[in-house]
Amino acid sequence: MDRLSELEAQSIFIFREGFARLKRLALLWSLGKDSNVMIWLARKAFFGRLPFPALHVDTGRKFPEMYAFRDRYAAEWNLDLLVEPCPPIEWVDATLPPAARSAARKTEGLKLALARYQFDGLFAGIRRDEEPTRAKERVFSPRGVEGGWDVRDQPAEFWDHFNASPPQGAHLRIHPILHWTEADIWAYTRREGIPIIPLYLSRNGRRYRSLGDADITFPVESQARTIDEIISELDSTKVAERAGRAMDHESEDAFERLRVSGYL
Amino acid sequence: MNILVTEQSPSFATTLAARRPLVRIVIVGHVDHGKSTLIGRLLHETGSLPDGKLEALKAVSARRGMPFEWSFLLDALQTERDQGITLDTSQIRFRTPARDFVLIDAPGHAEFLRNMITGAAQADAALLIVDAAEGVRDQTRRHGYLLHLLGVRQVAVVINKMDRVGFDAQRFRDIETEISTHLVNLGLTPTAVIPISARDGDGVARRTDTIAWYAGPTVVEALDGFVPARQAEELALRLPVQAVYKFDDRRIIAGRIATGRIAVGDEIVVMPSGKTARVRSIESWPALADPPRSAGAGQSVGITLDSEIFLDRGDVVSTAAVRPKAAQRLRARVFWLNEAPLEVGTSLTVRIGTAQARGTIAAIAKAVDPGQLSTTEATAVAQNHVGEIDIALARPLAVDPYVVNSRTGRIVLDLAGRISGGGLVLSLDPRPTDAAGVRSVQEGAQRSDVSPQERAARYGHAGAIIWLTGARGSGKSKLARTIERRLFARGGTPVVLESRALQRGLNADLDDTPAGAAEALRRTAEIATHLAQSGLVAIVAAVSSTAADREAARRIGGRTFFEVHVDAGADQAYEPPSAPHLRLDARRHDLASNAAQIEQLLASAGVIAGGTAGGEFAI
Repeated sequence: MDRLSELEAQSIFIFREGFARLKRLALLWSLGKDSNVMIWLARKAFFGRLPFPALHVDTGRKFPEMYAFRDRYAAEWNLDLLVEPCPPIEWVDATLPPAARSAARKTEGLKLALARYQFDGLFAGIRRDEEPTRAKERVFSPRGVEGGWDVRDQPAEFWDHFNASPPQGAHLRIHPILHWTEADIWAYTRREGIPIIPLYLSRNGRRYRSLGDADITFPVESQARTIDEIISELDSTKVAERAGRAMDHESEDAFERLRVSGYL
Repeated sequence: MNILVTEQSPSFATTLAARRPLVRIVIVGHVDHGKSTLIGRLLHETGSLPDGKLEALKAVSARRGMPFEWSFLLDALQTERDQGITLDTSQIRFRTPARDFVLIDAPGHAEFLRNMITGAAQADAALLIVDAAEGVRDQTRRHGYLLHLLGVRQVAVVINKMDRVGFDAQRFRDIETEISTHLVNLGLTPTAVIPISARDGDGVARRTDTIAWYAGPTVVEALDGFVPARQAEELALRLPVQAVYKFDDRRIIAGRIATGRIAVGDEIVVMPSGKTARVRSIESWPALADPPRSAGAGQSVGITLDSEIFLDRGDVVSTAAVRPKAAQRLRARVFWLNEAPLEVGTSLTVRIGTAQARGTIAAIAKAVDPGQLSTTEATAVAQNHVGEIDIALARPLAVDPYVVNSRTGRIVLDLAGRISGGGLVLSLDPRPTDAAGVRSVQEGAQRSDVSPQERAARYGHAGAIIWLTGARGSGKSKLARTIERRLFARGGTPVVLESRALQRGLNADLDDTPAGAAEALRRTAEIATHLAQSGLVAIVAAVSSTAADREAARRIGGRTFFEVHVDAGADQAYEPPSAPHLRLDARRHDLASNAAQIEQLLASAGVIAGGTAGGEFAI
């Protein structure tokens, strides 16, 4: 089996484990390249359908291209789409730097959705190679009742056996593509013919490597106008993928604080 | 609409990602033995650092009047990640000309053992680091032991900080012997033991003059020797069922193939129920014009069957010929991570593949701290210790012994919803009084109406096992055939059992793990013992590289067993016997004189009569 097929087989296994062991599930659909690959993998795991809702926690500030993408593919892929609007910015910890505060709004939106639908498991498309605190993640990662993450007290996880018993009122984050890299995502998107938002491709020498809210996400310099060119560029770059995400850079611990309180 | 649908193409993108083998490695060892320094040095030597990074750090160190340390590099990469550096300390990627590597985080502190296990269990290979000045420490031994239990089979040892011991070859060899013996006893033969100074670079990518006495590979060369762990397609089919889906009119059995292959038309057996059916189809999405006809280990599949037999999550799909056993009691060698010790009577959930059942610890045969040299045995398995335990299950589960299938022969222990331990299945349904779990021909000695004396009168000699052990290429097989010819010429009845030949048939189901090798030798010893008890002379030619395996064979063979070491010089992959019945020098003597020495041994033991060929046999 080649590398992409092995990654795919592992992700499908994780989806099926999550589906077998938890009752109230949803897939967090951010409309970005990673969560689109996730949906594709889930449809492979369940033979063409997504047997749980796709949840879009909506800040209302995404790029117009992203909303167009959501509406088209929610229908085309026959998704049970749930949209959870985020609360106003005043709800959010005012001591956070501006962009992180904006991102934390999404966490508040997620908490609202958790309270409304009582999910016990959420599939999330984070990857170990994105960011150091994500590298410490488990595939099945328990969250406290408040949605918090205790990085120091994670149970062991090995031989494809996962901890899937969240305490009453808490939930699990399940990470089916934790072991993928950015280059893997692109290579797989290319191989499978998965649709993408064109903002990822270079226009006038710049492209988005990562898509968040329009006001806190910035393009990076790039000449890559096709997925193949993105892959070649990634092969030689030493610039971080989330370099265009403002909240990652505001202060040393901003991202970790976001994650501990329930951010993805 | 402003949306891009990419065209499907397997050509460029997939070949780029799939071209180079990806090897996941973990660096383990005692805390402060130089892990971060080695990682920093490896990144530098393989050209994986951002341009100018090293120079900048050196300048900062000089400005602060501190000597530059390679471990600064990791700290700097961690704290300066905002400045656009893709490396981080938990999943570091680098490449050599031959391979892509992912370095997996595995903390050296004892209190983070569950993180070390989580990391190491994903690894294809490991580097075990030892400080040349401090030598082998408890955490070194513990990590070695856990690598073995976790199934990491490729391990290279680096003896670091050689500069601190003046690059002393003798010091290196002492540590090499100590750690190699420890690992080989666990059934884990290191691929290399390398003297290095991670700080100065000796032995990492270059063989410097300081270690001119060392002829083995550098660290980078050792890394290039590692390969991605293979999917076990050659073993018997095991497909643990994850779920049965009825989304439409199809009834799809979904799961990931642990070992072996499955094909449309195959007759399958579902364990533990034992029900049979045939594979009707292998389903896939998106639907293919030419649907797959077969699938192999590692693939996540969905199959349909030709009959509606009952089957559920936790069942194992296998083939009729080599099905797993349904066992309700098993013996396992486990590690334990929970603060509360594992005791007789502890109740927990036992997970095997996708199956689970309540289990109770019925007996603890052994419990030790794998970090300690002298083991104090206890009646409970403490946190971070290992033990051999018997577990009684509330219902039978389909399971294999680890020696038969290294993927499905392992268990995970779940205490109150938290994974708290895991280990290898040694045997199924062990009888409470039977320590080894396996009954040998000796204790169950076959009754026969033909007495040993009658047999000796017929064959002209007593029954015996000549066990030829020695490193690969020492000439055991040739020697075996020479003895066979000589005994035959004297009118005797010799039988040669050559491990290579047995591998093709009798032992074809075993993999090349240490556990597989041990099982192969156990079977060989059983057969040889049957032959010897029937009055024949069994001549076994088998590397049998570990003392433990040979000791097990000797126990089975009892008084008929004669260990002959065919010595071809030191070999890292071979642990020489300390007191064989006979040691032959493979390089200095010819076959005839070596065979003659074996005849003398047999004569002095009363198996054959003394004297030269053509003489009378004694009884």
